Amino acid sequence: MEDFWVFALWALKTWLCLLIGLIMVPAMFGFSLGISEAYMNILVKTLEWATLNIQKVTDERTLKPSASNGLIQREDGSMEKELEELRSTRPKPLVGGDFALSDCFYFTRKGIESIVEDEVTQRFTSEELVSWNLLTRTNNDFQYISLKLTLVYGIGIFVRYCILAPLRITLACIGLSWLVIGTSAVGLLPNWRMKFWLSEWVHVMCYRICARGLSATIRYHNRENKPQKGGICVANHTSPIDIVILCNDGCYAMVGQVHGGLIGVLQRAMVRSCPHVWFERAEMKDRHLVTKRLTDHVNDKEKLPILIFPEGTCVNNTSVMMFKKGSFEIGATIYPVAIKYDPNVGDAFWNSSKHSMVNYLLRMMTSWALVCNVWYLPVMHQQEGEDAVQFANRVKSAIARRGGLVDLQWDGGLKRSQPKVWFKEEQQKQYSSMVVGDDSSSHSD
Amino acid sequence: MGSRASTLLREEEIEEIKKETGFSHSQITRLYSRFTSLDKGENGTLSREDFQRIPELAINPLGDRIINAFFPEGEDQVNFRGFMRTLAHFRPIEDNEKSKNAAVSEPLNSRTNKLLFAFQLYDLDRDDKISRDELLQVLRMMVGVNISDEQLGSIADRTIQEADTNGDNSISFNEFIKVLEKVDVEQKMSIRFLH
Repeated sequence: MEDFWVFALWALKTWLCLLIGLIMVPAMFGFSLGISEAYMNILVKTLEWATLNIQKVTDERTLKPSASNGLIQREDGSMEKELEELRSTRPKPLVGGDFALSDCFYFTRKGIESIVEDEVTQRFTSEELVSWNLLTRTNNDFQYISLKLTLVYGIGIFVRYCILAPLRITLACIGLSWLVIGTSAVGLLPNWRMKFWLSEWVHVMCYRICARGLSATIRYHNRENKPQKGGICVANHTSPIDIVILCNDGCYAMVGQVHGGLIGVLQRAMVRSCPHVWFERAEMKDRHLVTKRLTDHVNDKEKLPILIFPEGTCVNNTSVMMFKKGSFEIGATIYPVAIKYDPNVGDAFWNSSKHSMVNYLLRMMTSWALVCNVWYLPVMHQQEGEDAVQFANRVKSAIARRGGLVDLQWDGGLKRSQPKVWFKEEQQKQYSSMVVGDDSSSHSD
Repeated sequence: MGSRASTLLREEEIEEIKKETGFSHSQITRLYSRFTSLDKGENGTLSREDFQRIPELAINPLGDRIINAFFPEGEDQVNFRGFMRTLAHFRPIEDNEKSKNAAVSEPLNSRTNKLLFAFQLYDLDRDDKISRDELLQVLRMMVGVNISDEQLGSIADRTIQEADTNGDNSISFNEFIKVLEKVDVEQKMSIRFLH
């Protein structure tokens, strides 16, 4: 019995040493030993082999059409055009309003089209994959394909849960503890230039360890456009992991609400070594206060660029939803960044109504890996005669185009709330003008 | 999204739905996927709130009437069969179906059944007649606050006058069909499926 404990202790020590030597030290100093690359290569080849196998066996009937293709083709005609066509079979009445019983066809069809397929609700659930990637969670049609495939699937489960997951959890814990200890330590130093350099180094190091903790492969493009001090960095939001992804390549000042618990500890530690912008819950409601603090931070050219996610909520990385205009009213330099994850290897979207944060992190750590591309877009400024909303839309379109995402006008807040009644009223107004024309005497008080 | 739900739809059920509605196998599985993604309560049925969660439908002036069409009289839940039966009205009419022999009962997406769907949008109390009151209520849904009661009333009166042939001051289904006989119902009340 004693021998067992001695052995267990020895195994634990060796494992930790290997971990530190092979993963942490390279992560800390930013070089790579090639282990992750080897793993990714094997993974990609395995997934390709699996896809081929599945396609060989499944017949025409069960082959899913690509989920990114729609189920239906929408009618794109405007209200005017459609109603004109519907009414064209009868003469226009000379007096009174122009109404036909067939007018309801237009609204009916639009309504039914949105029931079959709409642009918004699909953004709040994980993206459907074209081909199964050997994870239980993405299994839509359980079909026994072949013994080899099931074997690989079984091995995959073992590898992911028994080997990779403990490894990643350990790394994440080490990374986060180091963040707290390191930043607190740096915070004790007086304000030499050395302090800023050390603070940046500690931050990046910890985020690198965390990235290894997720087996993340990140490709940065156009690094010459990297955000500079005194600006605001905006990006599309898929999950809290976006922060780890971006901070692997630079230091940012975070913006957010003060939390309690573990996150609160992290926040307080981080703010000791360099300024972040944390708000109390009550302060967040005061828009002027928020704007003022952000403006002050941005105007101080020594402070790090602020990282903001203007969508305000996580969406599933197939589209970019409405950007809230707050960060675009400050008049600062905007550095747009586009982040796109590869869904085949691991689904990064945090569905906060379905999974808690801890559940989500565990799911991330039991995925194959995380592959993502980050594009730094050229700097953007608010132009003459452009208001904050137009500017926000312009930035959003640029990010959507770069990341290959759908550019939507809908508000991400629709995840939890109903759309404003204003939209229905606009449609009613438009329809009314088609019934009575622009005759103002027809308007009721 | 989807997940194990598609395995809950048995092959026999798919065949039955295929016969009843005319949708293809792949269309039925994809619509089932859609049904389950709307079913937040995960109990195999949709409530009116589940439909209201679709933003584009929530802002549609006739949204409530369209949602109502899915629910049989007095019921608050619709299952997948009911969902498909209602959607089947919007399947396009294929050429080979036009020549089907009359012994087969009328398909759900025939011209008459499409018109019946629209008729029932107006017929609020389901008494097979569109009264002046009902027409006014639906008109009010479509125009909001932008037209006065008097003007709306005269529009309703004129519409009933044009359609009413038997003088009962309401529009029956046959009168409804007659008024719309020249409208391209097949195209306007159909949805183009890609697969």
